[in-house]
Amino acid sequence: MRETPSQTAGPYLHIGLAPEGRASFGRDLRAPGVRGEAMELGGTVRDGAGEPCGDALIELWQPDAAGRFPGTPGADSAFGGYGRCACDAAGRYRFETIRPGAPFVSLLVFARGINAALHTRAYLEPAEDDVLRAAGDRAGTLMAAWDGATARFDIRLQGTGETVFLDF
Amino acid sequence: MSIGPRPEGWHPPALTPAYRSTRLRAPSHPPLAMPPGPAEEAGPVFGHLSLGPLDGDLLVNHAAPGETAIGPRIRVHGTVRDEGGRPVPHALLELWQANAGGRYRHARDGYLAPLDPNFGGCGRVMTDAEGRYAFRTIQPGPYPWPNGGNDWRPMHVHLSLFGHAFAQRLVTQLYFEGDPLTPLCPILNAVPSQAARDRLVARLDMEGTVPMDLVAWRFDVVLRGGAQTPFENRAEGL
Ligand SMILES: [Fe+2]
Repeated sequence: MRETPSQTAGPYLHIGLAPEGRASFGRDLRAPGVRGEAMELGGTVRDGAGEPCGDALIELWQPDAAGRFPGTPGADSAFGGYGRCACDAAGRYRFETIRPGAPFVSLLVFARGINAALHTRAYLEPAEDDVLRAAGDRAGTLMAAWDGATARFDIRLQGTGETVFLDF
Repeated sequence: MSIGPRPEGWHPPALTPAYRSTRLRAPSHPPLAMPPGPAEEAGPVFGHLSLGPLDGDLLVNHAAPGETAIGPRIRVHGTVRDEGGRPVPHALLELWQANAGGRYRHARDGYLAPLDPNFGGCGRVMTDAEGRYAFRTIQPGPYPWPNGGNDWRPMHVHLSLFGHAFAQRLVTQLYFEGDPLTPLCPILNAVPSQAARDRLVARLDMEGTVPMDLVAWRFDVVLRGGAQTPFENRAEGL
């Protein structure tokens, strides 16, 4: 039996995915006791006309400071590795997390006009891997830019500087 | 977990011009097909989440004491399985929907239909050990939306699911059998084949109805992965 087909999360995704008063999946992954070096990751989501996507929502998934994913043996039990951030009106998102023991974090973009979530990676350091190799001369769109403890990762859905999206 | 490549022509493509919002939001490059690695085969663990008893009961989870939401009372239930047919236990399912008049409790929804003070439109449930889930709600109403013409969303519920792997993440919409607006919907029609669109239509389930209480709708979900879909054609599969 094939996978259930995807549909857009639509313009009102906040009701279900970022409800007020429920802090389960926020943009702050630094629960008490989490080990690792603090890092902020943020950027702006823009469409093909360069306009900010104020109704997008970003999901973040990453391993702990030692590179272990939650749920795998030895992982930091205080670290959930998963967060959500609804963009503000200027299309900005921002996570407070820890530097993973791996070169990249995974991101999903949901929004009106996106029929199936767009999957990408924000690389925090240069790496030699299949994704960057396959991205070729567009690999730069997968590299975050550091400013102190903040990694900036802008997402361009379409057009000039279009982010590389991945189909796993 | 063995996760195969997504088949071509099954999911909606990024650009479906009849759904106008995709025109400036669809990437112009196709996504790079990659074999899942550790980052995609692991996934968030929600065992610590203790769901409230009303999280899966939209009839009352936003209602004043002793009151319930306005609209036809329904129960939606089904099983979450993987592509190998195995039930997915402890899968988190989140849902949101318009009220019976087709109005969302959202700052950006200015539709004429009124809000229902007793309806929030948000819920979440987890599948049991056999992969089964159920929630109670009201039948959502259809609503008009700006898409360049006279466009109406059919009755639908938005669903978000996690399996056990990040690559299984799925957000979709559930439609209702028999709604005459369903075949007209540009968002549903972004899904290329009738066979795939049919998978998004919940079926009336008279056996599951509760007499003098609510009507049941059956909606099964399939997440990616499973024993029968090995990652065959990729040189670097795990
Ligand atoms: Fe909707």
